Amino acid sequence: MPIQLKSADELAKMHRAGLIVWDVLSALRDMVRPGLSTMDLEKVAVERMAKHPGRAAFKGYRGYPCTLCTSINQEIVHGIPSTERRLKEGDIISIDFGVELDGYFADSAVTVPVGKVDPQVEKLLRVTREALDRAIDKMRPGNRLGDVSAAVQTWVEPQGFSVVREFVGHGIGTKMHDEPNLPNYGEPGRGLRLVEGLVLAVEPMVNAGAHDVRMLDEWTAVTADSSPSAHFEHTVAVTANGPWILTRPRELSGASW
Amino acid sequence: MARRPVDDKKKADSGNPKEDAIEVMATVIEPLPNAMFRVELENKHQVLAHISGKMRKNFIRILAGDKVAVELSPYDLTRGRIVYRYK
Repeated sequence: MPIQLKSADELAKMHRAGLIVWDVLSALRDMVRPGLSTMDLEKVAVERMAKHPGRAAFKGYRGYPCTLCTSINQEIVHGIPSTERRLKEGDIISIDFGVELDGYFADSAVTVPVGKVDPQVEKLLRVTREALDRAIDKMRPGNRLGDVSAAVQTWVEPQGFSVVREFVGHGIGTKMHDEPNLPNYGEPGRGLRLVEGLVLAVEPMVNAGAHDVRMLDEWTAVTADSSPSAHFEHTVAVTANGPWILTRPRELSGASW
Repeated sequence: MARRPVDDKKKADSGNPKEDAIEVMATVIEPLPNAMFRVELENKHQVLAHISGKMRKNFIRILAGDKVAVELSPYDLTRGRIVYRYK
């Protein structure tokens, strides 16, 4: 399957989907507090999504049962919301959400601390978020896929953290997961050359311990050593003027999350 | 939502026709030439079945009256592959 480049018109459509993702994720981020269950977040997401056009992209995707992915602490990605899972002070939770609107997808995720967290965990969040910033900054015409991957790896590993191998960022557009894959590790100067109109879901997943992954069930991935893991994601287009973060309002600048 | 390249490979594998088959129990009615057999399924349908390569390689003999497991192709339900002979 060839890589689909997007026209300005298609980017505008993806941005419309992206703004809905932004709206829902921003609301969820602000409501995170101890005592809340991950199903409470799911309900709010469903209600808020109902006010928008389009549909939640994850529900039913390869049989995924929910609107959100909610991954707590050592859960890396794709945690399934549950009434049993309650947030407590000191946890971190990754909230991942996507929208399909008029046939185009947008996908984004943010990891939020619950109350006050351990300084090392706080550092993990800061480093992972900045890894996303650095990766996005490489999303310019003329760079290569490996430059984006390496931006994450060379920033994360010297801090004593590790980059998840088993899950990767991905092309996105008329499908949620499209070509090419975007690993968070790699060599600069290698891989596909980035051109205008390429859109990728850039999503560093960083473990505080080793990079090894264990599957808890068909969906939920946890760190093999139970160390906490953070995950930040945006849908980003390569344009002549540099990276365009489609999953947030255009007037925002600075840090990605 | 992150992509898991391993899953994509699994999905590609499931396109393999041998994995899409439906397995059913059957009784052999009569042997035919070329290692073919007429078998009767539990639902009384009669289908033409040949022996799987693995069974042929290991010289598993099949006689009339044997209970066997047959894989049916989802595309042509009148033909199948014998994959196991019960003792």
